[in-house]
Amino acid sequence: MARSNKPIVWGLFAAGGTLSAFIFPAVVFVIGFGVTLGFYSPDVFSYERMQALAANPLGKLCLFAPTFLIIWHAAHRLRITAHDFGIRADGLVAALCYGSAAVGTVAMIYALFIA
Amino acid sequence: MSRDTVQLEILRYDPEKDSEPYFSTYEVPFNDDWVVLDAINYVKENLDRTLTYRWSCHMAVCGSCGMVINGEPVLSCHTFMRDYGDKIRIEPLQNFPVERDLVVVIDDFVEKLGSVKPYIVPKVEKTVDEGEYIQSPAQLAVFKQYTACINCLLCYSACPQVGLNPGFVGPAALALAHRYNLDSRDVGRAAREDVVASNPGIWECSFVGACSEVCPKSVDPAAAIQQTKIASTVDYFTDFLTPWRKQ
Repeated sequence: MARSNKPIVWGLFAAGGTLSAFIFPAVVFVIGFGVTLGFYSPDVFSYERMQALAANPLGKLCLFAPTFLIIWHAAHRLRITAHDFGIRADGLVAALCYGSAAVGTVAMIYALFIA
Repeated sequence: MSRDTVQLEILRYDPEKDSEPYFSTYEVPFNDDWVVLDAINYVKENLDRTLTYRWSCHMAVCGSCGMVINGEPVLSCHTFMRDYGDKIRIEPLQNFPVERDLVVVIDDFVEKLGSVKPYIVPKVEKTVDEGEYIQSPAQLAVFKQYTACINCLLCYSACPQVGLNPGFVGPAALALAHRYNLDSRDVGRAAREDVVASNPGIWECSFVGACSEVCPKSVDPAAAIQQTKIASTVDYFTDFLTPWRKQ
């Protein structure tokens, strides 16, 4: 039997899943609770600061890498979930899921590195 | 709670005679110490000698008496009557053709099991006179959990992917492939990958995890499959990035 090409999408899925499991709770805390609990002032999330983060090359990378992996994780997860729910049109589902992730990736590259 | 009797609703089916399966109900005495298999044996010995089912060891070692009891795949020798209500519904394992009553046809599984080479492929074949293949306790600990599989097929009955894709190699066979891949005495991983890393191999698994939940021997096939996915993904990219190293 031929070896599968699934490692490409599964690799992104696994990396994105691990990353989201570790990073998202921290992100939720920083964005959702940090200000409310008074750990730092709301100015931390001011437009100017966010803009500066997204303008810094390292900041760009820190925004891009996890988001890229996480949307590919979501794409693969939705494809498998559709299969688990009994949707048999796997080709179409895969095209829609991975297509959306590809569009998201291109949009991010454009917004962060080109525009 | 004291009970005198329990009703067993057992699925009956003889593909040569019956157009479809039906349930027969048997009243059996309640016994606090009985496992469900004891109750089925009572039916066979006292009420209906035509009832057909497999069993052998009565101690969760042989893996023959897997059945679906009240909707869950279990070993009937490992499941006490007292843990159920007044009615116990007993069906054959799901995802297999029924041979007769509670006996399923497992030829397909046996073929899949053979396809993953579930035996040690040594680097150098030794004769008996040349002695054993030495292994340390640490090397044994790496794979020992996966050796506990008794091929009872509860995992195949529980796995939704086995039901959806009959070609899927399935939890037990993939867990055993992993067991031999992890064995320090074995060099057969590349040969197993042809089946294991194919689309009907590990990649049909969507990590539902039902296999590990129903496993009576705590083998955890779901973990075995996910670990194999990581190893195969590393292989894939290693082969891609260093094509000159490819075997």
